[in-house]
Amino acid sequence: MTETSGTPSDTPSETSSDSTPSEVATPVAATKRSARKRDTSARKRGPSARRRRRSSALVLVFGLLATGVLWTMLAPTGNAAQTADANEAVRQGRALYLQGCSTCHGLGAQGSNTGPSLVGVGAAAVDFQVSTGRMPLAAPAAQADRKPPIYSATQIDQLSAYVASLGGGPEVPKVTDKELSDADLAHGGELYRANCAQCHQAVAQGAPLTYGKFAPSLSESTPTQIVEAMRTGPESMPVFGDRQLNDEDAAAVAAYIKHLTDTKSPGGFSLGKYGPVPEGLLAMLVGIGGLLVVCLWIGARQKV
Amino acid sequence: MTTASPPEFVKRPTPVRKANRAIDERFGTQAGLRRNLNKVFPDHWSFMIGEIALYSFIVLLLTGIYLTLFFDPSNTEVIYNGSYVPLKGVEMSRAYASTLDISFDTRAGLVFRQIHHWAALVFVASIVVHLFRVFFTGAYRKPREVNWLIGVGLLILAILEGFAGYSLPDDLLSGTGLRIAASIAQSIPIIGTWASFLVFNGEFPGDNFLPRLYVIHILLVPGVLLALIGAHMGILWHQKHTDFPGPGKTEHNVVGHRVFPVFAVKSGGFFMMVFAMLALLGGLAQINPIWMFGPYDPSKVSSASQPDWYIGFLDGSTRLMPPWEFRGLGHTVPAVFWPTAVLPGILFTLLALYPFLEARFTGDTKSYNLLQRPREAPTRTALGAMSISFYLVLWISGGNDVIAKTFSISLNAMTWAGRIGLIIVPPIAYAVTKKICLALQAKDAEVEHHGIETGIIRQLPSGEFVEDHRPKPTPVPDHPLVTNDRFALPSANGHGDGDGKGLARRAGKAVSGFFVEEKETGPGGPSAPVGGGKH
Repeated sequence: MTETSGTPSDTPSETSSDSTPSEVATPVAATKRSARKRDTSARKRGPSARRRRRSSALVLVFGLLATGVLWTMLAPTGNAAQTADANEAVRQGRALYLQGCSTCHGLGAQGSNTGPSLVGVGAAAVDFQVSTGRMPLAAPAAQADRKPPIYSATQIDQLSAYVASLGGGPEVPKVTDKELSDADLAHGGELYRANCAQCHQAVAQGAPLTYGKFAPSLSESTPTQIVEAMRTGPESMPVFGDRQLNDEDAAAVAAYIKHLTDTKSPGGFSLGKYGPVPEGLLAMLVGIGGLLVVCLWIGARQKV
Repeated sequence: MTTASPPEFVKRPTPVRKANRAIDERFGTQAGLRRNLNKVFPDHWSFMIGEIALYSFIVLLLTGIYLTLFFDPSNTEVIYNGSYVPLKGVEMSRAYASTLDISFDTRAGLVFRQIHHWAALVFVASIVVHLFRVFFTGAYRKPREVNWLIGVGLLILAILEGFAGYSLPDDLLSGTGLRIAASIAQSIPIIGTWASFLVFNGEFPGDNFLPRLYVIHILLVPGVLLALIGAHMGILWHQKHTDFPGPGKTEHNVVGHRVFPVFAVKSGGFFMMVFAMLALLGGLAQINPIWMFGPYDPSKVSSASQPDWYIGFLDGSTRLMPPWEFRGLGHTVPAVFWPTAVLPGILFTLLALYPFLEARFTGDTKSYNLLQRPREAPTRTALGAMSISFYLVLWISGGNDVIAKTFSISLNAMTWAGRIGLIIVPPIAYAVTKKICLALQAKDAEVEHHGIETGIIRQLPSGEFVEDHRPKPTPVPDHPLVTNDRFALPSANGHGDGDGKGLARRAGKAVSGFFVEEKETGPGGPSAPVGGGKH
């Protein structure tokens, strides 16, 4: 009994020593070295040959050096850095994933009873869900709501890189300021009214769907998040792929939405841009309510 | 006989007097003018609610006239090229384009549009509140049933007029509303299709429909409204205003102020206040931002499309109605027929017939010029509360999507709450209101018989504890019993008079005993506690 209870504590150290890369690699390196020695000894010929070999070795070294120098000088440095960073980002993202997401989405992002598989959802989906604070989920509910994001921008990039490395899916769209300012607002408005207004409301203030689900307000969404939502179709939203709305259309829709939500109302207080319901409430409370107070005031004045 | 006769008092001939004399010499108006200017109107704050409706109607006419100068009620499609950039190059009707031009390219156009819209909301609201006042005080009783009927007609016309105005700009929201109206018309069995074709000039949306709607909105309905308002006020003038019972007030007199100067000045001031309130709303609060909704296109719809508040109860009834469709006899009656055509028909019929129904059930055929307090007619008050709660459930359900979104409630839960609430809330409102009225009556009787509790508990030498009561103070009239505006009026005692001058204090006086139950005027005063008030 005592022996079996002791094994678990021993096992990790044994496995770690077994799988240490250096120990595994050493015998291979040794055999290669010995093979080269054998090779050189077999090909001993004369001093001229040795000299020729020596000069060619110099040429080779010089060539290699020159190639290296030229490579470092001429090659686009970003690429090299990115490759290194990308691997690093995937590694970091995986660590973040295991800590914050794997409980529901599974250790290999294969999904579980409580969360869908993330294989193939792409970086755009991760960036949307995490940067809007929807993920990690606060509590299981009909639908995740927007909240301040828990992860920093770098961490979100790392998570996105990890999930993207699992395969496929849309990349994080690049919506530049220039694209937004050049966008055709009228065209975006037509697309918005045809495709988005029936759930998100004409002024992008959101509206409920069935059983506690809802199309959220887009007031706080960034243009990138809006395009990400179109490309990935979060929650009840359908996917609008680039065959339905190309990048230019998508940017125009995003620009129109931001125009709706960010522009100052020319008519005064916007009342939540929700149309007749808040208007009716204000007419009741301030309009008729205020005038009843005036009635009381005049009525009381009369008697004194 | 040497004493000189007193000099004849001659009024200085001001231009007004000259003009008046000139008119009188030609038309003989002086006697009628004198009689009408001397007409007495009673004072009560609640009698001014109907005036809000009248004044907001005047504001509607004034702002509406300005808007007609620029609005183009045409279905013709144009390409917009105004100053609102996000719609530049979009195809739209000229009605919508001209509304955009009014909003962005016409001097003061937007503020006039907004005042017009706010005035419309307040106009219908004030009619409804005025209706509450008339209902809960029994002012509709004989001999005023005809004016009640005219009032109900005014309410229905005001709702129609408002809906027509909401539909004119031809934006996405108003077009959606019209689409629903067309469906309601089509849902009526047998005549539905033809009724819809008649109204919309063919299949919805008719080619030449907006000009028709425009004529209805700016000529037909306002004309009828004006005529009915004239009749409403003419009858009021002729029958004289009702008043609450009080000292010196009987079924056969009117106590108050003459039309000139007090009532006229007061009403003129009140008109200014109403106009100011509507202008404030129009200037500060954005209403119906049609440029954000986009032009109407039958293939598009926005979620949370709502009508203006006075149509909201029909929207609510539609949302609560289960999808029960009747098929038979070669006809289909869609579910929408019951909540949008049958229900308002029943509601407005009951409303119009209420004075006659009450007289029938109570057997009361006498004429009344004095009003009742709500508690004095518990059944009527309870019926009123029941009706209002029924209406409120429908009204809230009309905005249930916005409420569900705002308060993070499931829309389905809201719908079911509305369905169940529509059945159980009105009876509860009836029972509770009746109970409250009866309890208030019992309290009144208690005060009448035993006096008012003073809260002073005394122990008698025998050891017995008694509570002091003082008799109900004799009410002091609000006005001198001889109507004369030049005298300072005694303040109403026992109605919360005091030294305060704040709005709350005045409001307390106005509602007479609601805010302030009673007030000690000091020892020895008329309302000092009467010792040993055993009973």
